[in-house]
Amino acid sequence: MAETERDPRTIELREPPVLAPGHSFASVTDKIGGIVLSRRTPRAWMAGFAVSFLLVMILQVAIAYLLARGVGIWGIGIPVGWGFAIVNFVWWIGIGHAGTLISAILLLMHQEWRTSINRFAEAMTLFAVACAGMFPLLHLGRPWYFYWLFPYPSTMGVWPQFRSPLVWDVFAVSTYATVSFMFWFVGLIPDLASLRDQARHWFPRGIYGMLAMGWRGSAIHWRRYEDAYRLLAGIATPLVVSVHSVVSLDFAVAILPGWHSTIFPPYFVAGAIYSGFAMVLTLAIPLRAVYHLEDFITPRHLQNMAKVLLATGLIVAYGYFMEALMAWYSGNRYEQFMMVNRVLGPYAWVFWAVMATNVLAVQACWSRRVRSSVPALFAVAMLVNVGMWLERFMIIVVGLHRDFLPSSWGMYYPTIWDWATLFGSIGLFLFLMILFVRLLPAISIFELRQLVAKPEYARSKT
Amino acid sequence: MSALYGLMAEFDNPEDLVDAARRAYQEGYRKMDAYTPYPVEGLADAIGFRRTRIPLIVLIGGILGCLSGFYLQYWISVISYPLNVGGRPYNSWPSFIPVTFEMAVLFAALGAVLGMLGLNRLPMPYHPVFNVPRFALATRDRFFLCIEAADPRFDGQRTRWFLESLNSRGVSEVEP
Repeated sequence: MAETERDPRTIELREPPVLAPGHSFASVTDKIGGIVLSRRTPRAWMAGFAVSFLLVMILQVAIAYLLARGVGIWGIGIPVGWGFAIVNFVWWIGIGHAGTLISAILLLMHQEWRTSINRFAEAMTLFAVACAGMFPLLHLGRPWYFYWLFPYPSTMGVWPQFRSPLVWDVFAVSTYATVSFMFWFVGLIPDLASLRDQARHWFPRGIYGMLAMGWRGSAIHWRRYEDAYRLLAGIATPLVVSVHSVVSLDFAVAILPGWHSTIFPPYFVAGAIYSGFAMVLTLAIPLRAVYHLEDFITPRHLQNMAKVLLATGLIVAYGYFMEALMAWYSGNRYEQFMMVNRVLGPYAWVFWAVMATNVLAVQACWSRRVRSSVPALFAVAMLVNVGMWLERFMIIVVGLHRDFLPSSWGMYYPTIWDWATLFGSIGLFLFLMILFVRLLPAISIFELRQLVAKPEYARSKT
Repeated sequence: MSALYGLMAEFDNPEDLVDAARRAYQEGYRKMDAYTPYPVEGLADAIGFRRTRIPLIVLIGGILGCLSGFYLQYWISVISYPLNVGGRPYNSWPSFIPVTFEMAVLFAALGAVLGMLGLNRLPMPYHPVFNVPRFALATRDRFFLCIEAADPRFDGQRTRWFLESLNSRGVSEVEP
């Protein structure tokens, strides 16, 4: 792209635009709506659907066997009682956080580039929270009694223990799931109305019509809509910080070395956003390639996400450094041993893999060439995805396997069912994402129209 | 003419619509609404709509959630089933803050969404404006202004002339 093509009113002259020039209200509507309403399904979509469906079937089998036999089919026991299930829970819930960050915090900060990625990032949040919520329930042993976690007037006369972070977690995650769903759905209403009016066949028109609830774009409705949407964003911002803080308190409130640490809440929140942005990149790169959305998800988006990835990655690295420093500085021999064991013990490879992925690999994003290279960014994002999973493994399993008494030390070996549940949940996540991309507009159409209307983007009035 | 819901003018761009809405308000029309494919700044003001009440509903929701969240925990831990956990006071209020906060957020968010839908009277399965075939473009790239027959100043012919004078692409009758 030549420098001269760009409008001089664009603020950042050196950066690629948020929206490719030459789009009109009609063209963005047709392009995004067309993906959903078209009868043709790309071959790459079919392949993704097939693979993820297979993984969902594996998940079904793993869960069915778990319900039949109990948690003993997993590698957990004493001393490692929290195995893959809790690692996966923390990993998934963290991934969800980037969606809320993009849709709420960047909205409040008037970051225009969020517009074309917020919708699918919100969907990602929703599906990641669904995957996350599954794990603590499966880990209960008798998942069918999960509702005991809620305060309801039971005939047993007992109540949940509100001094426990595990009960806080129930409230935090269920509130987070509800608010994320509402935020996502409210954002969808005007676009569902667009699809209703665009659809030619009676069936999609009926379905989208029902979901749009009679939205007609009235100025008065828009006014209330914008108020509600901004307030929701304002509410979601402290919520997203609270959710991973509460998740971290599950650990920090315990007395275990490596868990009992005041840095956990901010360190977990930064890690959550870090892994979430890696996942947004992982999803955005194939999405824009398969559906040719390069006009909407421009190099600018990828570069900005790479910068956020780098910034949060540095905060996470600071967290690792602080953990080590405090272990040494505390003068507590159990804390010191925890750190030595983490670096040199039987799970040392996990520590070094975390350092290589989360701390080292992301440094590549300092380079402009890496930030503007799609394959390089995808590689970094994949490494961070794996690294952040390993980080939670390091905190949970490596923390638990050697505590205060050498006589109670042990090792944790995941079974095939642990792996089946992990990969099954990844399959479920991708399966839901793939269905979402086909059935609902993956990019917010009305917000793109808002962008088109701005003077700095080329606009044709036809 | 009472068999008419109103008259609807179609515009090419938001500037013309905001302009038209302002002129209609100056003419004394009050029962009217504008329809746009995205939120247009200043349009609601132009047709004389100023108070949304959404922030108030959200505030009330947040306060209700906060109080009920805390009271739920207080009632359970102090009144219904007092339980000594490690010698902590029954009313260990610092431990009750996270759930109180989450409940405040939940109620405030529910207030925002349900308040918005309720005040907008959605879901609304039928509305007369959809009887105009070109109205399907209101969710694509066209901008509409509808002056309703219920307005006391509405007069079939005069209102039509007025709307036609407004740089519009055309005026259609809206069946009720």
